Amino acid sequence: MIVIVIFMVIMAALAGWWLSGQGLATKPWLVVGVIGDSGSARSSPRRIAKVGLGAFLVVAGSLFSLLVSAYAMRMGMPDWGSLPMPTVLWFSTGLLLLSSIVLHTTVIAARRDELDAVRSGLLATVATSLAFLACQVLAWRELAASGYFSAANPASAFFYLVTALHGLHMLGGLVVLNRTAVTAFALAGTSPPQALARLRLSVELCTSYWHFLLLVWLVLFSLLMRWTDDLIEICRGLLS
Amino acid sequence: MADVTHGTLEPLSAGGIDDVELYHPKSWITKYVFSQDAKVIAIQYSMVALAIGLVALVLSWLMRMQLAFPGLLSFIDADHYYQLITMHGMIMVIYLLTALFLGGFGNYLIPLMLGARDMVFPYVNMLSFWIYFLAVLVLVGGFFVPGGPTGAGWTLYPPQAILANTPGQQWGIIVLLVSLMLFIIGFTMGGLNYVVTVLQGRCRGMTLMRMPLTIWGIFTATIMALLAFPALFVGAVMMLLDRLIGTSFFMPAIAAMGEQLPYKGGSPILFQHLFWFFGHPEVYIVALPAFGIVSDLISTHARKNIFGYRMMVWALVAIGALSFVVWAHHMYVSGMHPSFGFFFATTTLIIAIPTAIKVYNWVLTLWRGDIHFTPPMLFALGFIVTFVNGGLTGLFLGNVVVDVPLSDTMFVVAHFHMVMGVAPILVVFGAIYHWYPKVTGRMLDDALAKLHFSVTFLGAYLIFFPMHYIGLMGVPRRYHEMGEMAFVPPSTATLNAFITIVALIVGAAQLVFLFNLVWSVRHGRPAGGNPWRATTLEWQTPQTPPAHGNWGQTLPVVYRWAYDYSVPGAAQDFLPQNQPPDPRTA
Ligand code: HEM
Ligand SMILES: [Cu+2]
Repeated sequence: MIVIVIFMVIMAALAGWWLSGQGLATKPWLVVGVIGDSGSARSSPRRIAKVGLGAFLVVAGSLFSLLVSAYAMRMGMPDWGSLPMPTVLWFSTGLLLLSSIVLHTTVIAARRDELDAVRSGLLATVATSLAFLACQVLAWRELAASGYFSAANPASAFFYLVTALHGLHMLGGLVVLNRTAVTAFALAGTSPPQALARLRLSVELCTSYWHFLLLVWLVLFSLLMRWTDDLIEICRGLLS
Repeated sequence: MADVTHGTLEPLSAGGIDDVELYHPKSWITKYVFSQDAKVIAIQYSMVALAIGLVALVLSWLMRMQLAFPGLLSFIDADHYYQLITMHGMIMVIYLLTALFLGGFGNYLIPLMLGARDMVFPYVNMLSFWIYFLAVLVLVGGFFVPGGPTGAGWTLYPPQAILANTPGQQWGIIVLLVSLMLFIIGFTMGGLNYVVTVLQGRCRGMTLMRMPLTIWGIFTATIMALLAFPALFVGAVMMLLDRLIGTSFFMPAIAAMGEQLPYKGGSPILFQHLFWFFGHPEVYIVALPAFGIVSDLISTHARKNIFGYRMMVWALVAIGALSFVVWAHHMYVSGMHPSFGFFFATTTLIIAIPTAIKVYNWVLTLWRGDIHFTPPMLFALGFIVTFVNGGLTGLFLGNVVVDVPLSDTMFVVAHFHMVMGVAPILVVFGAIYHWYPKVTGRMLDDALAKLHFSVTFLGAYLIFFPMHYIGLMGVPRRYHEMGEMAFVPPSTATLNAFITIVALIVGAAQLVFLFNLVWSVRHGRPAGGNPWRATTLEWQTPQTPPAHGNWGQTLPVVYRWAYDYSVPGAAQDFLPQNQPPDPRTA
């Protein structure tokens, strides 16, 4: 459970840092009148969407931290046997990295209102993401073919569970990404500025989400490849 | 008040308004069924939660009948008793209290108290309710599948939850896990709305430190729920896999009925960690909204500002944060390292400090207040007494040495019913009496309300107070009958019969409440916009019940905190939050 505790501590630190700017020490009963720019005067639909995505990522982060915690705990049990990791996972990691980078450049293009670059960027991301998912499926099949698709092996059960949950999150993201791409093709340079701004916002949100997916995958990948075993050992040593 | 503020409103408000595009319902269906208006969603949530809560109440009657008069209702055998316990506990904690406080009160109060037109993501909000509704339907479906609902206890501990001798092992457990997963998905959608609305939807002038404590409570609880529910989700997914395809996440090598099962090496303790990582915060997810609401009820009905507002806020936040590092106090008897036990006992006892601060502040708010014994105030007072009582026994149980002998006795049942059963339910009632006039425009009948309060409060005490004694005598919990046990004195049997009779009476008293709810919609005394003369924004809406969009043309502007009651020198004994400062004194 150490992973989730660390996650929570980080969240608590962020919350504390944010709260420290919120005047929690002011004496509200003494002050009458409108204070500064408080309340929603600052918030635009754009900001709301970003905060909303941020909040969702925190929830998803909690979910994956818990999975990793469970994984680390279960790993300590005597019947844990290691899995041969399919090489194709390296390709999927590369593809996910690529899609993240492409989206990043797409955001830059979107901020400059270069509609063509945005379109091709979105298409490239859809393609690389689909390829990533395909690689994951290949990895599943490779494991299954070498006889590891068995409920009896906890390492493989975790492998399927973890990759499936990550993949589901990506599928959800793809739905939004596709809709963004469709809008991008429907718009033209002459479209009203609000529509372009909305497209820019969508691209930005997708990018943050893809970076998040990449980050989660890197953590999961290093766990699956057993690079983190020593780290987990150390944590376990600390606790007992 | 509206006309007083009007002159100063216009120039100030020009900036921040109407970049919100409000959705407009077009047909009856989109207005009342698939509505995106948080107020309608709130009522939908509340009605479903209360309905399923009634089911849980009836289940508790059946259990009480069995405990007091074993064998009288012949259809309750041991299996059925387990099923009753499990469904009762699960429904009460999750499908009633969590859904009602956050989905019901949260949806209604957050936009109104913060001066917003609606939640920030209305469509997602609507989905949230419908998924919750689906979760409830699936849950109820558990009663009708072959083998009935699961009898694993609301903690669902493996391995027994999925072993063949546990009732509901075939279908019940699957149905319940699926229902929980749906609930969590639906809640997450709603929860994101509540949090982001508090962060981004506040009207001008509404700083965090001007928010009513109700909102602080709901806000903190929602954040906790968003972070804690994933643990239950992960646990549910893994258990579902263990049950359906035979993985061994939680299932150790085990033999059942003389046969070796295919499981091996899984860790039941892992499930306990996941479950209590969710389960302990869950207690506070139910408690914090109750804390917040009670603060507002007390302040309003005692015509006094809340004592130590800042401390109240800090305490809420502190409790929220701390409750993520105490989960293992539910696992003292699971064989953990003693120094862990020490750590978790310490953090548990530390939580008592902010909690105690809150109690002192409520009492100090009442001190020399102009206490009006309205139904909301009565329920708030009932809450304080019950909560203190349950909190004190909690301090006993928080100590490892005391917990070990008392663990799994009726003492524990009495304790948690006091703190997280009766206390929050009293707040629910108080809050309904308080806000019903805003929701319907009519008052609930006062005499019926007082009858309801007296029977419920006294009755709840008579039910659960003697239960401590039964527990100390060593009667274990989750036993469908005791039979002849030398160590159990006959007095417990008499007490059990007494408790059951009171429980039936208390249950019947809820019919009075239901009748009042239904009858007053048409026949109640018209309430006017602000019957309690309260300061917070929801009472200052141009229409009662608030119309779609809440605020008419212009959003309110907040000039002061939420507790300006009995301000010396003011013309009335309360100053609404949107009342501008007096130009003569400013
Ligand atoms: C009149 C009201 C109520 C009565 C008479 C009642 C009665 C009972 C009884 C007899 C048990 C089983 C004890 C045992 O044999 O182990 C029980 C368990 C439980 N109750 Fe209640 N209850 C009431 C209200 C509530 C409320 C409002 C909650 C909400 C938090 C609640 C939560 C629980 C939980 C979590 C359990 C434990 C289930 C388990 O052991 O798995 N109850 N209740
Ligand atoms: Cu706890």
